[in-house]
Amino acid sequence: MRIVRFGFALAVLSLAACSPVQEVTLENGLKVLVKEDHRAPVVVSQIWYKVGASDEPDGQTGIAHVLEHMMFKGTARYPAGAFSRIIAENGGRENAFTGADYTAYFQQLEKSRLPVAFELEADRMQNLLLDDKEFAKEVRVVMEERRLRTDDQPEALAFEKFMATAFTTHSYKNPIIGWMRDLEALTIDDVRAWYRRWYVPNNATLVVVGDVNPREVIALAREHFGKIPSRPVERTRIPPEPAQTEMRRSTLKAPAQVPNLVLGFHVPVYTANGDNAEAYALQVLSGVLDGGQSARFERELVRNQEIAASIGSGYNAATKNPTLFIISATPARAHTVKELEAAIRAQLKRVQDEPVAESELERVKAQVAAGNVFQRDSIFYQAMQMGTLETVGLDWRMLNRYVDSIQAVTAAQVQAVAKKYLTESNLTVTVLEPQPGSTRPRPARPAGGAHVH
Amino acid sequence: MSIKSLLAAGGALLLLAVAPGAGATPKIEHWTLANGARIYFVENHDLPMLVVQAAFDAGSARDPDNRNGLSTMTNSLLNDGSGNLDADAIAARLEGLGAEYGAGSDRDMASVSLRVLSDRARRDPALELFAQLIRTPSYPASALERDRGRALLGLKQAKQSPGDVVNKAFFAQLYEKHPYARPTEGSEQGIQALTRADLVAFHQRYYVGRNAVLALIGDVSRSEARRIAEQVVGTLPAGEAAPPLPKVEDLVPHKARAERVIAHPSTQTHIMMGEAGMSRNDPDYFPLFVGNYVLGGGGFVSRLTEEIRTKRGLSYSVYSYFYPLREPGPFIIGLQTANSQTKQALTVARRVLTDFTEHGPTEAELIAAKKNLTGGFPLRIDSSRKIAEYLTVIGFYQLPLTYLDDFIPRVEAVTAEQIRDAFRRRIHLPHMVTVIVGGSGH
Repeated sequence: MRIVRFGFALAVLSLAACSPVQEVTLENGLKVLVKEDHRAPVVVSQIWYKVGASDEPDGQTGIAHVLEHMMFKGTARYPAGAFSRIIAENGGRENAFTGADYTAYFQQLEKSRLPVAFELEADRMQNLLLDDKEFAKEVRVVMEERRLRTDDQPEALAFEKFMATAFTTHSYKNPIIGWMRDLEALTIDDVRAWYRRWYVPNNATLVVVGDVNPREVIALAREHFGKIPSRPVERTRIPPEPAQTEMRRSTLKAPAQVPNLVLGFHVPVYTANGDNAEAYALQVLSGVLDGGQSARFERELVRNQEIAASIGSGYNAATKNPTLFIISATPARAHTVKELEAAIRAQLKRVQDEPVAESELERVKAQVAAGNVFQRDSIFYQAMQMGTLETVGLDWRMLNRYVDSIQAVTAAQVQAVAKKYLTESNLTVTVLEPQPGSTRPRPARPAGGAHVH
Repeated sequence: MSIKSLLAAGGALLLLAVAPGAGATPKIEHWTLANGARIYFVENHDLPMLVVQAAFDAGSARDPDNRNGLSTMTNSLLNDGSGNLDADAIAARLEGLGAEYGAGSDRDMASVSLRVLSDRARRDPALELFAQLIRTPSYPASALERDRGRALLGLKQAKQSPGDVVNKAFFAQLYEKHPYARPTEGSEQGIQALTRADLVAFHQRYYVGRNAVLALIGDVSRSEARRIAEQVVGTLPAGEAAPPLPKVEDLVPHKARAERVIAHPSTQTHIMMGEAGMSRNDPDYFPLFVGNYVLGGGGFVSRLTEEIRTKRGLSYSVYSYFYPLREPGPFIIGLQTANSQTKQALTVARRVLTDFTEHGPTEAELIAAKKNLTGGFPLRIDSSRKIAEYLTVIGFYQLPLTYLDDFIPRVEAVTAEQIRDAFRRRIHLPHMVTVIVGGSGH
């Protein structure tokens, strides 16, 4: 029911963990992670499928997210609407979200109601009806969602175009919600095939965090999910993005009032077997540039030079394939996008030319250490972190080492990744050019992110 | 276990939850400082952190005529300078301590918050600076000029978004001459007219003890909380509480209203309709709150979602809600649909509302609503951040300290007849403002 915007919504997935996590893989391949948090009598249950928009072939963009919507449309046992009604009557909140690398469903409940969530979630893992009349209506809802979130939001359209410019080959070029023309062409048979192919226990991770007893939760998971048969999942190889060799530019013209600018560089992400030092250095770099009011972008570009009205950066290292270090900015009134681009690139040159100050590093590290505590205020976020890492092929245990890994980053490492990746030949720039008063063109080419039902 | 038995088990649990109630909600301690500031504290040692939020009766409803935007600017520039510290120094000091500073305002309230580790080496200096920002902002002229430009650009940017346009037009149309008509983010004229002297005067008038509420939750003892409260708001001048706001009923006449249509180059049309709804202390609060869950508040299970989204595929998001403020805030029904479907969506939404206002909920709907609102109550208070918000609202609107304890029994006590009666008295389709923003088709 929702799209998680690629670089930003999940943005810097700064990681946190403390209390132990119980991990079990059932005989059918379903991995179960349970973390105790007894601060309140509540529980969150999330099931993460290892399939997302990046698994979609060209021509079928948006199908992962459409199926996510259809997952609420009933089984023989619990017909359309029953899922939401039953969760609601148990005091629960529920939803789902689709990203480039995952499709996930969640329920938040008073702790004794966890069996309700498991019963319903296990049922729709294997028995979804996928009725064609329901599909005909729901795909229209998704088209409305696309109009709401993308087609009528000039900056979202520009971001879509940016992703389609920065990626030429890898499916991260496509928007998670899908191109409108693909949504128009989608059939219920396509969606049925997608469901059969990907929705099996051996392609999923169940994450539970809350005021629970892990042994009981695992027994309950076995009871509800344990008998669901596994099937081999055939993954298609997503063609890797070729190394970028020259700067790319694109422009998005839309009815708008204010210009906007997106810059991005291809960068590495966490890998299961690598030492990940570059990814941690890039996290710190992101914090130096955009980690708050004292970070360089706010201090230099918004306050001192007054050249940006707003600016933000995003680097999500917890993705399946290499992604982008993204900067998005709006010029202040007296300045053009061209001037703003030059000012941003001057800041990037500075981190390449001189090591960042010790005080800046200390500030980023203090924020990460404090953030590690603050994040534990939300059990939902704790579950998100574990589910994301597992689903993109990493290990949730990374969370336990995150603060130490960040503390170990040096100024020299930050400078080195800046020099290596923030280069002109690795840069993509997209500009939103407002066309005041004009009528709207057909939505142009694509972009990406994560998305909610 | 089947769902039926699960539901039955849920029902039994509900009874358990309703009966004693004690222990389930945080224990709120409340006291008042010599300067009149009201303090609301929950001691909680689960995590080594502290959340502090100071709120003032200084929202945009306090903006003077021709200075719409003053309250937000006064609030958002608090961390742009104090004493000999400029914005760079303030940000570097707070963020170097790992503290998170936040500021925000709405129509009633302007607030600032701080989240910090409870370790004294970080907590004490962060709180000291936080207190200084609230008490003695310097409002540098250069910061005002910069943020004036940013605010004006923000207003321009908002014109791109049909959702922002419809929201602004709805409040203007509904509240007419009442201060709630004005947008919190300000108007172009108002922001252009602001002077540094306006900010200083607004701060002096409203950021005072008798106009202040402080919420604290976290890993500090009661005696430490007393000291922190004194430190953060205790040295503010007592000043005067803000006067009562004008009565909505005096300025917003009941009368038949027309639709307002605004052209926008969007693929969807955004619709907002509604009228003045309820206040925070409204006697009809719980009947309207529970009733609205059935009508359009219950996510995927509401009547509006069923008729507009599920049955007809007309909208991704359709909802209704009461936005309770000091004075009656709006009751709003909203949706967005492809331009060509505007008429159909509007017709269905009006039919659903008319039917609900006339007949109220069915018994089954009422039971389902109560099960959700009571069974889900623990989710409302499952983090320090959420509890801090409740403390602020309880303090600001002077709700009973037992508000959280009373929540479940008050929901349980609502009857279908009370809902029907409250909606009939309060909701009048012919008096409703309807604003329609979108592309072709009108």
